[in-house]
Amino acid sequence: MEEIKTGVYICHCGLNIAGVVDVEEVAKYAGKLPGVIVSREYRYMCSDPGQDLIKNDIKELGVNRVVVAACSPRMHEPTFRKTVEDGGLNPYLYEHANIREHCSWVHDDKELATNKAKDLVRAAVRRVCRHEPLVVREVPFNPSVLVIGGGIAGMQAALDIANGHKKVYLVEREASIGGHMAQLDRTFPTLDCSECILTPKMSDVGHHPFIELHAYSEVEEVSGSIGSFKVKIRKKARYVDESKCVGCGDCEEKCPWKVPNEFEVGMAKRGVIYIPFAQAIPNVATIDKEHCVYLQKGKCRACEKACGANAIDFEQEDEIIEVEVGAIIVATGYDQFDPSVIGQYGYGRHDNVLTGLEFERLTCAAGPTEGKILMKDGREPQSVALVHCVGSRDQNYHEYCSRVCCMYALKYAHLAKEIAKADVYQFYIDMRCFGEGYEEFYNRLSEEGVNFIRGKVARITDEAITDEEQGKLVVVSEDTLLGKIIRVPVDMVILCSALEPRSDAENVGKILSINRRADGFFLERHVKLDPVATPTDGIFICGCCEAPRDIPDTVAQAGAAAGKVLSLMSKGTVTLEAATATVDESICHGCGRCEEICPFSAPKIVSKDGVLVSNINEALCKGCGSCAVVCPTGAIAIKHFTQDEILAQVEALTEVR
Amino acid sequence: MEVLTPYKEATDVILEAGGEHLKLCYQCGLCTGTCPWNLVRSFLVRRIMHEAQLGVVDFGSEDVWTCVTCRACVDRCPRGVEIIDVMRAIRRAVASLGIGAVPDALRISAKNIAGVGNPLGEPPEKRNDWAKDIKVKDFAKGTEILYFPCCIPSYDPGLKGVARSVAAILDKLKIDYGLIGTEVKCCGEAIRKAGYEETFQSLAQNNINLFNGSGVKTVVVSSPHCYHTFKTEYPELGGQFDVMHITQYLASLIDKGKLKLTKEINKKVIYSDPCYLGRHNEIYDEPRAILKAIPGLELLEFPDARENGLCCGGGGGRIWMDTPKGERFSDMRVEQAAAKGADIIAVACPYCALNYTDSVLSMGKEETMQVKDIAELVAEAM
Repeated sequence: MEEIKTGVYICHCGLNIAGVVDVEEVAKYAGKLPGVIVSREYRYMCSDPGQDLIKNDIKELGVNRVVVAACSPRMHEPTFRKTVEDGGLNPYLYEHANIREHCSWVHDDKELATNKAKDLVRAAVRRVCRHEPLVVREVPFNPSVLVIGGGIAGMQAALDIANGHKKVYLVEREASIGGHMAQLDRTFPTLDCSECILTPKMSDVGHHPFIELHAYSEVEEVSGSIGSFKVKIRKKARYVDESKCVGCGDCEEKCPWKVPNEFEVGMAKRGVIYIPFAQAIPNVATIDKEHCVYLQKGKCRACEKACGANAIDFEQEDEIIEVEVGAIIVATGYDQFDPSVIGQYGYGRHDNVLTGLEFERLTCAAGPTEGKILMKDGREPQSVALVHCVGSRDQNYHEYCSRVCCMYALKYAHLAKEIAKADVYQFYIDMRCFGEGYEEFYNRLSEEGVNFIRGKVARITDEAITDEEQGKLVVVSEDTLLGKIIRVPVDMVILCSALEPRSDAENVGKILSINRRADGFFLERHVKLDPVATPTDGIFICGCCEAPRDIPDTVAQAGAAAGKVLSLMSKGTVTLEAATATVDESICHGCGRCEEICPFSAPKIVSKDGVLVSNINEALCKGCGSCAVVCPTGAIAIKHFTQDEILAQVEALTEVR
Repeated sequence: MEVLTPYKEATDVILEAGGEHLKLCYQCGLCTGTCPWNLVRSFLVRRIMHEAQLGVVDFGSEDVWTCVTCRACVDRCPRGVEIIDVMRAIRRAVASLGIGAVPDALRISAKNIAGVGNPLGEPPEKRNDWAKDIKVKDFAKGTEILYFPCCIPSYDPGLKGVARSVAAILDKLKIDYGLIGTEVKCCGEAIRKAGYEETFQSLAQNNINLFNGSGVKTVVVSSPHCYHTFKTEYPELGGQFDVMHITQYLASLIDKGKLKLTKEINKKVIYSDPCYLGRHNEIYDEPRAILKAIPGLELLEFPDARENGLCCGGGGGRIWMDTPKGERFSDMRVEQAAAKGADIIAVACPYCALNYTDSVLSMGKEETMQVKDIAELVAEAM
C-alpha cells in the first residue's frame, strides 16, 4: 500500500476566513497531523497561484492526498477536484473542509473559531487518507430539449436551439403560442406594435423543421436526470382535427354559445369553439370542453355543420406523448395580480377602473374596441389616472417591485394622450426607468404634458364633494412633494397591477423537482452568477417565471438558457456522479427497498444465479444515499462516503485536541 | 437664515423610545391619504415620519398630539411601519424629556391617573359605587370571571348604565363573577399612547400584582382599550390572565345557547366598529352576531365599516382633549348614521359612547338618534 502523503491548504478567503480564524495557526497545527507532509495557507486558494501551490506540491513533493480548508464545498469542491486532476491525481483523492460558512461566517469568538477550524481540518485529514480513486464516466447527452411555455421567452429559447439544428419540443398550455406578449398593444420604449414583432417569431416557431410544437398541451410527468429526461406530455383534445382545420373561423361564427375571451382579459366574448386571436399559431380551432353544450349535455353540433373542412371530431381524446430530452427549459411566464383585494381602489366595483392588460386590449387595434379607448358607457375618457405599485412594493401583497410597471405606465400615458387626447395624471412613488431608452422615454412623456404626482394612491371613490367631481372617479392621494392631499377627478383609472408567479407554479415545480423562492418565483442556482440555471442539473428557467422582467431582458435570458443547453449538447456528454452506490451482493437479499425509495430509478432487483440481488445502474445513480440508509442489511455503500470514511471523520471530530 | 440640518440626537431619542420602525418608511404618502384627519384638516403623517427620520420633528407643534391611533394607516402601510409606535415615541420624548409642551387637558388627565388611578380625578374608593345597590360580589380566589368595567363606565354618570347592564346580564345568567378591589387603577392603555410611559408601567405593575395575587384567570372588559392592553401589553410585564371583550363573551354564550334574547327591539340599529376591537384586534363578527340575535332589530352598516371603519376620535388620549367643531369624526359618523335612517348607534367602547353622545347632543339630534352600548341592548332584550 502506498504511503499517504497529504497536503493541507488553508485559505484566507481574503478576510472572510482570516478575519476570524487564525489561518497561520491552523496551518501550523495541520502540519503536525499524521500523514501530512506539507501545510500551507494562502489568501485565495481558488485563484491561479493558489491552485498552482497544490499542483506543484503534487509534482515536486509527491503529495497524493489533498485537503483544502476554505469555503463551502458547494462553492469550490469542483474547482479543487479539477486542480487535483490537473496535477495528475484522481480528483476523488481530495477532501474539502468548510471553515467559512460553517466556521468564520457564523462565529464571533476568534479563539473558539480557530479551534473549531483545527477540528474540521483534523477530521478532513483523517478522512482523506481513506479516499479511493474513483472513475469519472461520461454518458451521452440526448441532443434534444423540452421547452415549457410558448410565450416570448419559450419561443426565443426554442428558436435559438432549433437554429442550431437541434430538436426542440415546445409545449404550450393555451390553444396558441404567444403568451402575454401577444396581448400587448405597443411595447416600451420604442412603441413598436407587439404583434408586429412577435408574429414573425410565432410563424418561425410554427414552421421550424427542428421545433415540434405541442400547443393546448401540458407536461404531466418528468423523470430521469440531466442528459436523459423522460417526459409525458398530455396533448389535450381540441375536438378538432389539426390536419384538416384551415383556421377559417366559420365554426366560431356559428357557435351559439359565447363565453368571456381570456385573451381579451374578459372584455370580449369568444365562441365555445374558438381561435384565440387572428394570428394564432397553430391556426386551428379548439372546442372548450367545459362550456361545450354538446360535450356536456349532448345537444348542438352547430360547428360541425358549419365546418367546410369536416374537421370537427367529437370522438377525439387526450393523447399522451412520451419524449426523451437531455435538458428542460421552463418559460411559463407570469399571472397578473388581481387588484379586487384592495378594496380602496374599487376594482370590480367601479366601472372604468382597469388593470394594465385590460387597457392593452382597449388600445389594440385588433381588440374589443378596435383601438379606441372607451369607457364602459362608450364615451371616450377626457382624463385618465395611472396608479403605480398596485400589489407591488407592498408588504400586504408582494414585497418585490414588478420592474415593468413604471415603464408601462408611461406607455399608457402616451397612448391615452395620443388616442383619446386625454389629460393624464400619473401617481407614482418612484420612477424606475433603468433600461436602454427608458429615461429618455420618461423625458418624452414629461414633454407630452403628463401630470406626475408623487404619492401612493389612498383610494378611488365616486363620492363627489365638489361640482367638478360629479360623475367622475376621484383619485385621492397625498401629493408628497406639495405636502397636501390632492383629489383628482378623472374618467378612467388604470391600475399598474403587479406581476406575480403563475397560480400553478407550485404544481409545475413539483413535476420538475425545482424549487421556488420565498416570493413564489422559481429559484435560480445563483442570483448573480447563474441566473438561468436551477439547482437541479439540466433544468433551466428564463423570463418572468423566474422574476418580473421586461421583453429585452426576457429575450436575453431565453438566449442565455438556450446557450447553456447548446453547450451541453455541443459537449455531447454528461459527466456522471462518481460517488455512486455499490451493492455487496454477498449480503444483499433482494428485499427491494432500495428500488422502492430511489428517486432516480437506479436500483433494480434482478436474479443472479437464481438469487435475487439489487443491481444499481451507475448511469442513473446520483449518490444521494437514500438506498444505503434504507438497506436493512447494510449491503449498500456509497462510494466516497463509506462507513469507514464517515466514522473516521466523526472520531476525529470528537477527539480531544 | 435658518438652515435645515439633520439632528441625530433627536432621531436617537425617538428610536430609543420605541420608534425603531420609522427607518423603514419610504415616504409613499399612503398614510396621509388614509388618515381620517385629512377629511377635516391637513395632517401630514408621512412628513412627520420623515421629520422623525432626520430628527427635525417640531416637538412644540400640536401635530404631536393629533394622532388618534386608529391604525388605519398601519393596516395599509406597504413597508409595515408601526406608525402608532413612532407617534407614541415622539410623545414620549416630549412627556418625559420636556422638550415641548403637553396640552393642558392631557396633562390634567395624566396627573389624575398618576395620582388617583383614574383620568377623571375621582376618589379611588368610589370606583365600585356604580354597583353599590345591585350587590355585585367582590372577586375572590376561585371566582370564575373578573368583570372590569373601565374607568369611564365606573365613574361617568352617563355611562354607569353600561356597567349596570353587564352586571344585570351576568346576574340573570347566574355567571360566577366579581369586581376587583378599589386598589385597581386605570388600565393605562391611552395614557401610554399619550407618551406617559412611566405612568403606564406603574399602573400595569399595580394591576398585574393585584390580578395575579387575587388569582384572576379570566377578565371580561367593556372597553376595547382595556382589552387591547391586557391582551397585548400586560403579558410581557407579567400578566397571567386571559381577557375577553364583553361582545366576545356574550357572542359565545349566544352561540352555546346559554343566552337567549327574547324581547323585541324594533329599531334600526347601526353598528360602529371601535378601532381597538376592529383594526387593532380583528374582532368584527361577534358584535354583529349579538345584534343579529336580537329579535326585531334591523342591523345597518356604515358605508365604511369593518376594516374601513371611521374612528370616533377618542383614541390616543384624545378622549381627554378638545376637538374643535368641524373637525369631529363623531359628528361625521352621526351624519352617516342619520343618512342611513338609523334610530340607534350601537357602540362597544366607552370612548365611542362618549363621543357619539356628545355629537348627537351638539348636533341637536337627541330626539331622533340614540347611542347605546351593545350590553345595554342585550340587557333590554333579555
